[in-house]
Amino acid sequence: MNAGDDILSATDVRKEFGGLLAVDDVDFSVPRGGIVSLIGPNGAGKTTFFNMLTGVYKPTAGRIEFADTDVTGKPPHAITELGIGRTFQNIRLFQHMTALENVLVGMHARLSGGIIRSILRTPGIRREERGAAERARELLRYSGLRGRDDELARNLPYGDQRRLEVARALATEPKLLLLDEPTAGMNPQETAAFTDFVAKLRAERELSILLIEHDMKVVMGVSDRVTVLDYGQKIAEGTPAEVQSNERVIEAYLGAGAASA
Amino acid sequence: MTEPSAAGQPRRDGGLGGELNRRLRGGVDPRGLAVVAAVIAAALLYPYYFEFLQDVPLIGDFIPGVGSMVVMLVFTMMAVGLNIVVGYAGLLDLGYVAFYAAGAYMAAWFASQQFEQWRFHLGSVGISKELSGLHLSIWIVILLAGLFTMAVGILIGLPTLRLRGDYLAIVTLGFGEIIPQFVRNGDNVFGFDLTHGTFGISPIDSPGFGKTLSDATNELLPLSYQQSFDRARWFFWTALVLVLVTVFCSVRLRDSRLGRAWIAIREDETAAAAMGIPLMRTKTWAYALGAFFGGVAGAFYASFKAGAFPADFYFNISVFLLCMVILGGLGSVWGVILGGMVLGYLNVEGLATIGTKLQQDAGIDFDPTKYQFGIYGLIIVLVMLFRPTGLIPERRHKRELEEGVQDDTLYGTSQ
Repeated sequence: MNAGDDILSATDVRKEFGGLLAVDDVDFSVPRGGIVSLIGPNGAGKTTFFNMLTGVYKPTAGRIEFADTDVTGKPPHAITELGIGRTFQNIRLFQHMTALENVLVGMHARLSGGIIRSILRTPGIRREERGAAERARELLRYSGLRGRDDELARNLPYGDQRRLEVARALATEPKLLLLDEPTAGMNPQETAAFTDFVAKLRAERELSILLIEHDMKVVMGVSDRVTVLDYGQKIAEGTPAEVQSNERVIEAYLGAGAASA
Repeated sequence: MTEPSAAGQPRRDGGLGGELNRRLRGGVDPRGLAVVAAVIAAALLYPYYFEFLQDVPLIGDFIPGVGSMVVMLVFTMMAVGLNIVVGYAGLLDLGYVAFYAAGAYMAAWFASQQFEQWRFHLGSVGISKELSGLHLSIWIVILLAGLFTMAVGILIGLPTLRLRGDYLAIVTLGFGEIIPQFVRNGDNVFGFDLTHGTFGISPIDSPGFGKTLSDATNELLPLSYQQSFDRARWFFWTALVLVLVTVFCSVRLRDSRLGRAWIAIREDETAAAAMGIPLMRTKTWAYALGAFFGGVAGAFYASFKAGAFPADFYFNISVFLLCMVILGGLGSVWGVILGGMVLGYLNVEGLATIGTKLQQDAGIDFDPTKYQFGIYGLIIVLVMLFRPTGLIPERRHKRELEEGVQDDTLYGTSQ
């Protein structure tokens, strides 16, 4: 795959926390319009890697390029503005804001309302706010949260909270969507519905998607490509079928000797 | 942090969500509007009926005069400004007095004889044009003071707002001490007398409408407040207008894109940043806007008192203002106004009145003004115990305070 087709590419990215090497010179890319999964045992460095992509952590070394722009070490809001939206492993909604307000916060970078104009509430601001609220309602419906607009985020059932996180991430108008264990804690029905939703997102919204996931059914079902991390190193990469039969992967998940058994 | 609820139906919330979303649409509740209009009308007319109230037995002695009301309104204005920082954005600022001081000294510099070496008049009222010093119209000075303080706020904010929670509180506390110290010792800044040290600067010019307007309205509008027979009334009405403007801006900001961003930061900084909110810039704006109103209040108050004295700018004021915000209800504009008026009243004359009453009617020799900060402290302790969300709680905040808010750093690591 040549570099021009990738929306995101990371080269030799490394992260050390004091003496701990969390991510060890990983090369990684997401093709435009593709769904890539990042898997690996707990503590393999997946989320750390995610946090470097989104600017929460600064890589110790290496370079990250998004849409042909160097984003290494940029602050999170700048990266979001460029077009990377994300969700969190442990849901981080604004609990005491309504579902609608949560989505509106996601639109922050796409709206212009400044201090003076907000105080005067100019016709321009009124129009912008009305338009934003309309789009937010639409996103909520799209994400399967019809009729939940006025609900405080904390009062939503768990599955809906996950959906709201996605709706909020979509509100940032991303080109690349990062989902950190989106189906964690979901029951099989919810998981299946969510998998369909991810496929629909790519088809209808021309998104590239990067997924951290433990549920192999989800990973194998939606991914074009799977990358496996273990102890901060990339140990395998390929189509779901290739990775599934890779010896090092089986070893990492089940322990040495499992592959030959 | 989340409670996976098995039930498909979310709990209803007494229409809170609907109410919050209505704010977004800029929707106005007609009954609320009527109440607000009535309160404003009652306040505007206060100078005309307070004397009747003072004649009412039992409560009459507790009705503040118009002059006291001016001070209460100035404190209320600052409390509403501080509420933007502490209530909306959740930044604990223990140094708000610095902005108050900066505003007061702006008035002292640009509307007094402090800088005798120069003579410059622009719209000054009620004084001889031959008077040396800088004499700008107080209206201009008030605006300049707000802008200057805003700049000070940004300057202080940029390095400190990177800190979270307790650390921010400690650093702002430091700045709240530095500025009054500087003012106290600023009578020899490299040989230049900037603040006149502990003596303070006075007299400071008075606001007024000037000769042209005064003559045109047949002296209905006074040329200069200080020289007017209705001095207290005019200061009162001006203070009231300033409070109303502050409240208006504060409410509009709360329901704007910026207000949403502040609340998002208060709830979860990491998630807010991931939603494209620039943390530093957004927090600095909260700080700067809070500072703006502090500066305006300071300049106005200096003009009312016709002087700026370092003894007025102790740490106590910062805590006092914070008490008003907490007593009223963090984040709740109406609550903070009430908190400001109540504590402002006790401070200006309430405690003294109670002391006199105790002495006269009960023969108890106890002067509560000597223990005033003890009493305010006690009030806060009682509020925290029995009504932790304040007198008029912000509805959104109410739940946070009752149930706690989650704001740890991402995965417990920071770098």
